[in-house]
Amino acid sequence: MAQPANRPVFAPWNDPKEKPLIQFQNVSKRFGEFTAIDNITLDIFRREFFALLGPSGCGKTTLMRMLAGFETPTEGKILLDGVDLAPIPPNKRETNMMFQSYALFPHLSVWENIAFGLKRSDMPKDKIPARVEEMLRLTRLEKFAKRKPHQISGGQRQRVALARSLAKAPKLLLLDEPLGALDKKLRQDTQFELMDIQEKTGTTFVIVTHDQEEAMTVASRVAVMDHGKMIQVDTPDKIYEMPNSVYVADFIGDVNIVEGKAAAQAGDKLTINWAEGQPAINATSAGPLTAGSTVHFAIRPEKVAIARDKPEGRANVIAGKVHDIAYLGNISTYKVRVAGGLMIKAQVANERRLSRRDITWEDDVWLSFTDTAGVVLLK
Amino acid sequence: MFNFRRLFLILTPYLWLGFFFLIPFVIVLKISLSDYAVSIPPYTPLLDLSAGWEGIKSFVGELDFENFTFLAGDPLYYTAYLSSLKIAAISTFFTLLVAYPIAYGMAQAPDEWRPTLMMLVILPFWTSFLIRVYSWIGILSNEGFLNQTLMWLGIIDTPLVILNTSTAVYIGIVYAYLPFMILPIYSALEKLDGSLIEAAEDLGCSKMSAFWLVTLPLSRPGIIAGCFLVFIPALGEFVIPSILGGTTTLMIGKTLYEEFFSNRDWPVASAVAVVLLLILIIPIILFQRNEQKQREAGQ
Repeated sequence: MAQPANRPVFAPWNDPKEKPLIQFQNVSKRFGEFTAIDNITLDIFRREFFALLGPSGCGKTTLMRMLAGFETPTEGKILLDGVDLAPIPPNKRETNMMFQSYALFPHLSVWENIAFGLKRSDMPKDKIPARVEEMLRLTRLEKFAKRKPHQISGGQRQRVALARSLAKAPKLLLLDEPLGALDKKLRQDTQFELMDIQEKTGTTFVIVTHDQEEAMTVASRVAVMDHGKMIQVDTPDKIYEMPNSVYVADFIGDVNIVEGKAAAQAGDKLTINWAEGQPAINATSAGPLTAGSTVHFAIRPEKVAIARDKPEGRANVIAGKVHDIAYLGNISTYKVRVAGGLMIKAQVANERRLSRRDITWEDDVWLSFTDTAGVVLLK
Repeated sequence: MFNFRRLFLILTPYLWLGFFFLIPFVIVLKISLSDYAVSIPPYTPLLDLSAGWEGIKSFVGELDFENFTFLAGDPLYYTAYLSSLKIAAISTFFTLLVAYPIAYGMAQAPDEWRPTLMMLVILPFWTSFLIRVYSWIGILSNEGFLNQTLMWLGIIDTPLVILNTSTAVYIGIVYAYLPFMILPIYSALEKLDGSLIEAAEDLGCSKMSAFWLVTLPLSRPGIIAGCFLVFIPALGEFVIPSILGGTTTLMIGKTLYEEFFSNRDWPVASAVAVVLLLILIIPIILFQRNEQKQREAGQ
């Protein structure tokens, strides 16, 4: 949206001429009675940083293991560059994986770990040291080349694992919760490092994570999964701003969900009756709705304004009482009780010092938001 | 302030070693330096403390290395040592060969089977060692189960002579010491992270080369521990060669027994025991080193 006009936007998924690198065609995977992957069709493009996001047990790891070759689909086909992957064993695939536990070989040094894959490839022997050195430089591990994995820190191990999986220059790099074992600060630094390395090498990355912030930070597109199904596949901003379901809206970030009945619709504007004796919510809907159908109105807390005096000229104004305040340093979240006992969260940046905050517990306040701030969801 | 608790903790193992290893060893060493005598006990000199300092001096003066020179001079003894080393080494190798696949299979088995499999490995210990070795006579003798089965199947016409040969000793040792090899290898393989094998395959290894390059090197501490646990007792083994080996198999444990109980030559027998201990000290030190290295790596 805000991209400068002279810089092309990276969005191969919108280009019908672009050939996808990976194609999932109606792929299902069942373990006995349990369906881990339920009829997934998905395209992933070259140079993408694609995130599979979902709670544990949603099938995201199974999907990735099928790409690596450790699981085979029960039904459907997976194509890499147009070639069916099914008959190709893991050691012959042009994919490499970075394991959640890193799976570094404890009996080999950092150098030998990185060289391991190269020695099994058809790379000439005399070219291997140069490639290993290159990988060590890329991941800033030159000083640790001779150490064994147990002699380096967690963050360094993570980088060795990354260097080892990138050394063979795979067409596709799979990352299984790559930052799960790092503490928060290191994780954030490493996220940017990962993006940097992905850009430098031009490799296609598929990352599995349950951390929505991580997915939003690193990915070009995010696939939100639940119970083996793809719920929404989109860019991070679309996932956040325009979730297609209550599940996605709820899974990504903080959200207020107001259940109501759709009423009068004029163009893309509609009103939602949500509580007895309260003014209807004015909202915008992408598609036509039948009057009287149940809808969910989802709005992010940071898009809800809070004030002591009734604001003028806002599309939606709701009265309430402050129930709780969460002070997070840079922002504060106000939990406000409105009609029918419903709690609505409003998030405000703390531009002033805490001592000068004019809203406190049990205050009567006014919540307001525009008619385009939220989304109307059917499911 | 002196810490008595600490002193007690440190002293306990040293006292144990002192009473049950060092003092007996010094007694054996002393006997090995004595001479044979027709008396009770059957050696001389005896330490007479009532004679005071002079008595101790004359006692020490009578000790010599005569028995050790005798051992070096008589080919019977060093062939017995060499033959023991050979038998112990070969049977350790075969034990490893049999034990590794078993341990590997156990480590690969589903979690719920493992306690049962472990039980099966340990189960033979519930029966007397002697009985288990004796029962091999019933299997290996000319009219034993093995020969009867093979002849019934028509594979052989005349019974194989296994009993009272070194083959029977190898079979006996491999059988008796198998659990000591399986358990350390299993414990090394069980700890192995399955994702390491997947990582090796992901990086281009076939299943076979993943085994050679990852599984085997990572189970090496278990293999080394198992080999020592079999080799060390097998070297001094007495029961198996005397029950299954007949007269042709020469092993130092048997020689030692005969020297003590048939010849009643305690000084020579003690010298044999001291030399055996010296031979074993090398592998025991290596074994300790391996254990320590592993502990350090584990930290």
